[in-house]
Amino acid sequence: MSYIPIKRPKFSLLDKIYVVELVKGLIITFKHLALSLMGKSRGKKDFSNKGVGICMQFPEERWDARLPEYYRGAPTLVRGEDGRERCVSCQLCEFICPARAITITPGEVDPNSSCQKQEKAPAKFEIDMLRCIYCGMCQEACPEQAIFLSKEYLITLTDRKKAIRDKETLYRLGGMRKGLVNKWNQYK
Amino acid sequence: MDAICNWWNDLMSNDIWFYLLTTAVKLVIMFALILAFVVLSVWIERRVAGWIQDRPGPNRAGLPLFLLQRFGSKEKQPLKDVLHFFGIPETSRIARLCTWLRLDREIPTFGLMQPCLDGGKLFLKQETTPSYVRKLYFIVAPMLVLGPPMVAAAVLPFASCVDTIYGSISMCVANLDIGPLWIFAISGLSVYGLTLAGWSSNSKYPFLGGLRATAQLISYEVAMGLSVIPLLMMFGTLNLQSIVQYQADNGWTLLPLWGEGLSLQRWVMMLPLGISFLIFVTCVFAEANRTPFDMAECETDLVGGYHTEYSSMKFASFFMGEYAAMVIGSAVVVTLFLGGWSIGFGADAALASYSQWLAVLCQTLMFIVKLLAFIFFFVWVRWTLPRFRWDQVMKLGWLVFLELTVANIFLTAAVLYFVK
Repeated sequence: MSYIPIKRPKFSLLDKIYVVELVKGLIITFKHLALSLMGKSRGKKDFSNKGVGICMQFPEERWDARLPEYYRGAPTLVRGEDGRERCVSCQLCEFICPARAITITPGEVDPNSSCQKQEKAPAKFEIDMLRCIYCGMCQEACPEQAIFLSKEYLITLTDRKKAIRDKETLYRLGGMRKGLVNKWNQYK
Repeated sequence: MDAICNWWNDLMSNDIWFYLLTTAVKLVIMFALILAFVVLSVWIERRVAGWIQDRPGPNRAGLPLFLLQRFGSKEKQPLKDVLHFFGIPETSRIARLCTWLRLDREIPTFGLMQPCLDGGKLFLKQETTPSYVRKLYFIVAPMLVLGPPMVAAAVLPFASCVDTIYGSISMCVANLDIGPLWIFAISGLSVYGLTLAGWSSNSKYPFLGGLRATAQLISYEVAMGLSVIPLLMMFGTLNLQSIVQYQADNGWTLLPLWGEGLSLQRWVMMLPLGISFLIFVTCVFAEANRTPFDMAECETDLVGGYHTEYSSMKFASFFMGEYAAMVIGSAVVVTLFLGGWSIGFGADAALASYSQWLAVLCQTLMFIVKLLAFIFFFVWVRWTLPRFRWDQVMKLGWLVFLELTVANIFLTAAVLYFVK
């Protein structure tokens, strides 16, 4: 097996004595210290935070406006544009969930619903936020585009029971999405 | 009242009681100072680390004002009342400044409370002692780490002396004639703590950490002892109080700008003394187990090193011992090389002729300032240099420093003999 030896830099005597290089290093770190104390750290302009360094002071300053499109927060259920439940209770998300946070009890489609073509709908849909690891597997697995990860990241619970989000809460948080699934409507 | 005064007079006129009482007072002050500095140096470490890495560091922990409510104050926002009392409108610049300092919620300490709270947390944490350790040595080890730096501090002078009507008080706990030797001897004991911790943990990585600590401390002890010999040749005494007095009169070791310090000999001496300083400081770093010499606890190859199996307050003792060693190391460097308590430029004698107590106060403050500056240097180096490799550390100790220090002694002797 052939290999390529890495070329190591040759050190001069000055480098080997180490003192000069040490002083250079100290100057670099001191520059960082002075700049961050003056509030002029490198890259601060793009960051627009207040105070020392380029660190956001969390509860006062927040990332919310800067969260990327692909941010993975709490999972939510969404409704279609006609207001129907997109979830058809296929339970794929429940099976794929690595943390077993999702529990679905399949049931009948609501007779008052505008769309009766699908056979099932969730009677109960619960996500345990203490188990959820925000991996996004449910969103990937869903064939109906019914479950999406929102940008909600501040989930502070005072009670274990409050950690379990039921169907109503999930739909309220998810809201409505347009397009994407035309399986059940007039276009099909 | 007179009876008490007379009793006090009699007591203090007795040499033994005078010595005992003044020593006890100095002891308490010194001990409190060191413990305060341990806490302070943890805070300095974390804040400076933050600044160097472009972040604020621990800046939150303050004294929350809801505690006032707990203690019976019914008002929810004391700040508003205070502003109202002084007639300052709530939209004024002062009010906004107070809000920015978060005075409406807490008394800011700029994070100084953080190490205290951490200490409290460690104190309250669950103590787990693994079943396979050797109990006695396991318990003794943290004490052996925390104890020696405290004891070594006894000979460090933090101010000059004061003449009272009962006698003269020298401002160090024990005015021994073997100052540096005492410090080396006692701080060398702390290696037993690390070794015992590593061995009694009865587990692989702590054992390796303990071994490393032993080897490293012993190797650097040699170079450390030899590197101060040029200094002692110049001062001609081993008493730390007289060493500092000499520096106050004739210029600091590394800043000979007044008194006899302006002679040619002292300036030529700067070369061997500079080498001494470099080697001594490096050895102090190694002795205190600080980066770049923290071989004994490098996480990457030894998990946590010798204190892997420790928890709760025993771990905190190791932690505090490490910082105490750093504080004492800095104090020794300041005492030997940077003039100790001396204010410099002949200000000591002038102040002492005005008022000795004032001089002592100023000198103590000066000592604290120098100590803080050197602790900052310690931290600064830690966040600049990466850790050395194990064989490099050993090589540096035995193959470079030992030879250099011995050569340095001869160089000093030559300078002292030939340059007048």
